[in-house]
Amino acid sequence: MSRNLIIGTALTLVFIVLAAVSFIWTPADIETLDIPNKLQGPSAANLLGTDHFGRDILSMIMMGARTSIAVALVAVGIGMALGIPLGLLAAARHRSLLDELVMRGNDLVFAFPSLVIAILITAVFGASAVNAIIAIGIFNIPVFARLTRGAALPLWERDFILAARVCGKSATRISVEHILPNITNLMIVQGTIQFSLGILAEAALSYIGLGAQPPTASWGRMLADAQTLVSIAPHTALVPGFAILLMVLGLNLMGDGLRDWLDPRIRVART
Amino acid sequence: MTLLAIKDLSLAINGTQILHDIELTMQAGEIVAITGESGSGKSMTALSVMGLLPQGSVTAGAVTLDGTDILQTSEPDLCRMRGNAMGMVFQEPMTALNPVQTIGAQVAETILIHEKTTKAEAHKRAATMLERVGLKVAPTRYPHELSGGQRQRVVIAMAIALRPKLLIADEPTTALDVTTQARILDLLRDLVREFDMGLLLITHDLAVVADVANQIIVMQKGRVVDAGETKHLLAHMQHPYTKALFAASTHAVSLPKAIQSAPLLRVQNINRDYPMSRQTLLGPRPMFRALYNISFEINHGERVGLVGESGCGKSTLTHAILGLEDVQGGEIRLDGEPVFTGKRPNLAVRRKMQVVFQDPYSSFNPRHRVDRLITEPFHLLETPPTGQARADAIAKALTDVGLSPGDASKYIHEFSGGQRQRIAIARALIVEPELIIFDEAVSALDVSVRAQVLDLIADLCRKRPLAYLFISHDLSVVRTVTDRVMVMQAGKIVEQGETEAVFSNPQHPYTQTLIAAAPKLPALGMAV
Amino acid sequence: MIRYALGRLTALVISLVVASIVIFAVIEVIPGDPAAFMLGVNARPDTIAALRAEMGLDQPLITRYLDWVTGLLRGDFGQSWTYKTPVSELINDRIWVSLPLAIYALILSTLIAFPAGIYAASRRGGAGDVTIMGATQLGVAIPNFWFAMILVLIFAINLRWFSAGGFPGWSDPSQAIKSLTLPAVALALPQAAILARVMRSSLLDMLGEDFIRTARAKGLSARQALWKHAVRNALIPVLTIIGLQFSFLLAGGIIIEQVFFLPGLGRLIFQSISARDLIVVESVVMLLVFTVIVVNFLVDLAYAAVDPRLRTKA
Repeated sequence: MSRNLIIGTALTLVFIVLAAVSFIWTPADIETLDIPNKLQGPSAANLLGTDHFGRDILSMIMMGARTSIAVALVAVGIGMALGIPLGLLAAARHRSLLDELVMRGNDLVFAFPSLVIAILITAVFGASAVNAIIAIGIFNIPVFARLTRGAALPLWERDFILAARVCGKSATRISVEHILPNITNLMIVQGTIQFSLGILAEAALSYIGLGAQPPTASWGRMLADAQTLVSIAPHTALVPGFAILLMVLGLNLMGDGLRDWLDPRIRVART
Repeated sequence: MTLLAIKDLSLAINGTQILHDIELTMQAGEIVAITGESGSGKSMTALSVMGLLPQGSVTAGAVTLDGTDILQTSEPDLCRMRGNAMGMVFQEPMTALNPVQTIGAQVAETILIHEKTTKAEAHKRAATMLERVGLKVAPTRYPHELSGGQRQRVVIAMAIALRPKLLIADEPTTALDVTTQARILDLLRDLVREFDMGLLLITHDLAVVADVANQIIVMQKGRVVDAGETKHLLAHMQHPYTKALFAASTHAVSLPKAIQSAPLLRVQNINRDYPMSRQTLLGPRPMFRALYNISFEINHGERVGLVGESGCGKSTLTHAILGLEDVQGGEIRLDGEPVFTGKRPNLAVRRKMQVVFQDPYSSFNPRHRVDRLITEPFHLLETPPTGQARADAIAKALTDVGLSPGDASKYIHEFSGGQRQRIAIARALIVEPELIIFDEAVSALDVSVRAQVLDLIADLCRKRPLAYLFISHDLSVVRTVTDRVMVMQAGKIVEQGETEAVFSNPQHPYTQTLIAAAPKLPALGMAV
Repeated sequence: MIRYALGRLTALVISLVVASIVIFAVIEVIPGDPAAFMLGVNARPDTIAALRAEMGLDQPLITRYLDWVTGLLRGDFGQSWTYKTPVSELINDRIWVSLPLAIYALILSTLIAFPAGIYAASRRGGAGDVTIMGATQLGVAIPNFWFAMILVLIFAINLRWFSAGGFPGWSDPSQAIKSLTLPAVALALPQAAILARVMRSSLLDMLGEDFIRTARAKGLSARQALWKHAVRNALIPVLTIIGLQFSFLLAGGIIIEQVFFLPGLGRLIFQSISARDLIVVESVVMLLVFTVIVVNFLVDLAYAAVDPRLRTKA
């Protein structure tokens, strides 16, 4: 195990634990406002200070971690659940009309960056965490579909697939029995990367008001609130920013470490 | 005068000893061949002479080219020597050229790097050099527009553009067809004579060695085990390894006599067309005919060979026989039943045939254990054995091919190339098929391993009547393991008949060319 | 080459048609009655009727779609309900902020990433490589809008080198560029980190190729082989990333405009969303998607310029 993997996993675990603990305990209640105590710097009572409503920033960060992780994780789930089968199907029917449709569909979704999808969705359905998940999730589908197809195609050229076909196995069965196990590592690594991109995207969407709505805490919204206060109370902007940075850094290091550990030949797409 | 002298050369890469005390001397105008099986260190010896060893290499001894010790020369001085005093040709012509530069520019680069000359002048000289190596295409072409043999000529032109004193060729013809190989070897021989170069030829192919070299160095596990002037060495083989190596290369198996019987596989007048890419934007796709009116039969228990060069349609034919792809016209029947039945394979037909592929490294799913790998054909059975019966079948299949039942729980990466081909044969045999297709099944193996696998095949024939189609580009192998042979050229079968008859008295001009082009080893232990 | 370009052009047209159908469907079909949706629950029936007539909602769907598309082709993006002005004017006022910002950021990102990636690859495993890779690890993880806030804090509020936001217009180009500099840097650095990583790994792949060994055997030094043979081949995957990044820069620009109070398409789109002005949202989204698709088409053409294999194949 490499240093990357250890540091990355440790950082990621810290945030997962913070999010998990927030279900049973937070240092302070974030739903009661304490205006006289607003914009305080770090102290014994509020380890990371307070925001413009006097709420405890550490507690907000813990609650925000919940939102970030939930949104990003479900979005990766959507991307994998739809993208991997599509990619497998396209590879199994290489050069068919179906393959062409899947690939052109992918290109089309790539023309809609997740932010644009989010704009479309919120314009019609309104802003919410669920809509943020859908916007990021839709964007994840072609990422996984393309990667799966790209990894599956050279496998289909291998003799062991031919041997399986000689044994009368169907394309679906070969995809599940032979292709899928050989791309699992790649999917785990790319999943980690998409997870980190999901955290960033969720923060961006809630920063511009298209993500989770108050009173749900989210890191992006904390930054939006801090924007006008950055010159008087820099900690209100620095703390959530570092939370995002560290969580994403942790996931990326973990992804790189996993790749080196599982299979150094794996290539991930990072855009 | 001595051109190249290697004295006591030892090499370690990242602490692993690769070469031990290599000795070699060669003169200008001489062809010296280094031979040996994979892992013998022959390529590393070549790279030491070029000063192109990988990072982490530690050398000892001396490699003196024309008075300069390569091992003591600084990198900038080596750059001045490479391409100028010494040139190198590599094995894989398909990847040896930069895909985004014209071939002319790549040859001219050798000249521009070493001499103060104008671009136009360098391109002119490059064109002359490309003509000299027998390339009949314009220097403005890109590598992807050329065949493997043509690309190898470009690489040769690059290496000899400045008439180096030493040319190193590392398996220069291994990736090429036998007729192309013969022409490239002729070219190299001519160039040596014309330029009075020294040629250091690295090859695993003993027939090539015996054919072209003045001097032979035999290497095994990083050491020189035998060396000498070609005729002398072949006449008086000293080292047991040399003897074993040559014996394995000319290995002949003893097949049991074929029984007279009824036809098993009947291929009748089949054609196979592939759609190509459109010529105009929305026009019809032109068709490429890969197989023309192919007809032949294989009887129960009969061993048939199929020879031909790459692109002749061998793999297309294999796919058609295996029922993986439909044919356009004609039909293929196995035991009277059609092999292709649309989307749903007819398992009853499929279980009568199996296949063994060329590449032992891509033939198996690396994520499955051997027991799961070799029982994959059970999918073809209506009631596949389970429990003890399955375990017994696995154990029997493994013992039949010379492995132990305990190997069932291992993963494929724990086996060598030869062992993997045994496992591939075990997989093919487990459903006791009537017909096996060996698709270049021994081509990727070292000679000694190849001999063992051929013996195994002959052994299996002795145990029970087995019909097979043995596809290979290697004529000597086909000659020893088949009763009947077919010769294929550009999608057509141009000649078929009894193996011995075809080889000793070929009728078709193409068969004659093939046999003439194949380098032959002189008979063992006899003066040549 | 012409066949290749025509093929890509066909793909471009198909993408545009499908994208326009998707956008039209999401904006004008899914809400049911867009006019009622835009005006909200308290709207008077006669106002809704007026908007319905203006939007042509009494027409069949297919006619509305064709009217919209042919309007787009003529540069007629419809009439904004909230601004009461043609959408094309609204866009024209703002695109000259958003587009230059994206291009500025793309240039910066490329200028930073290429040398960094090439340097790191040529010093693989060395101190320079480790430093650059460490920096890109941070660059990839940093949210660009937060990075923008930090830049404002340091360079506008503390050092006072730049203004904290706003845009003076193009009457004085140097002032305009100056006011776009911090936003462009905020956008470019994270993208440069990604691009540098891709450049490095693509180069390292190329350095392992056989043709590099051939070049070395000709007498090229390791550095010459890198510059003359590896870089151009490594560009092929890098171009893909640059194409994708343009769409990210354009979309990312929408967010960064919020941080710097820039009067670009981002501001327009958010105001339109909160005002439920679907006509503006529809046209701006179509414009963004159009730009992305056209840029990807240009990237495809650039491939052919770099890679001769594409020119002769289909």
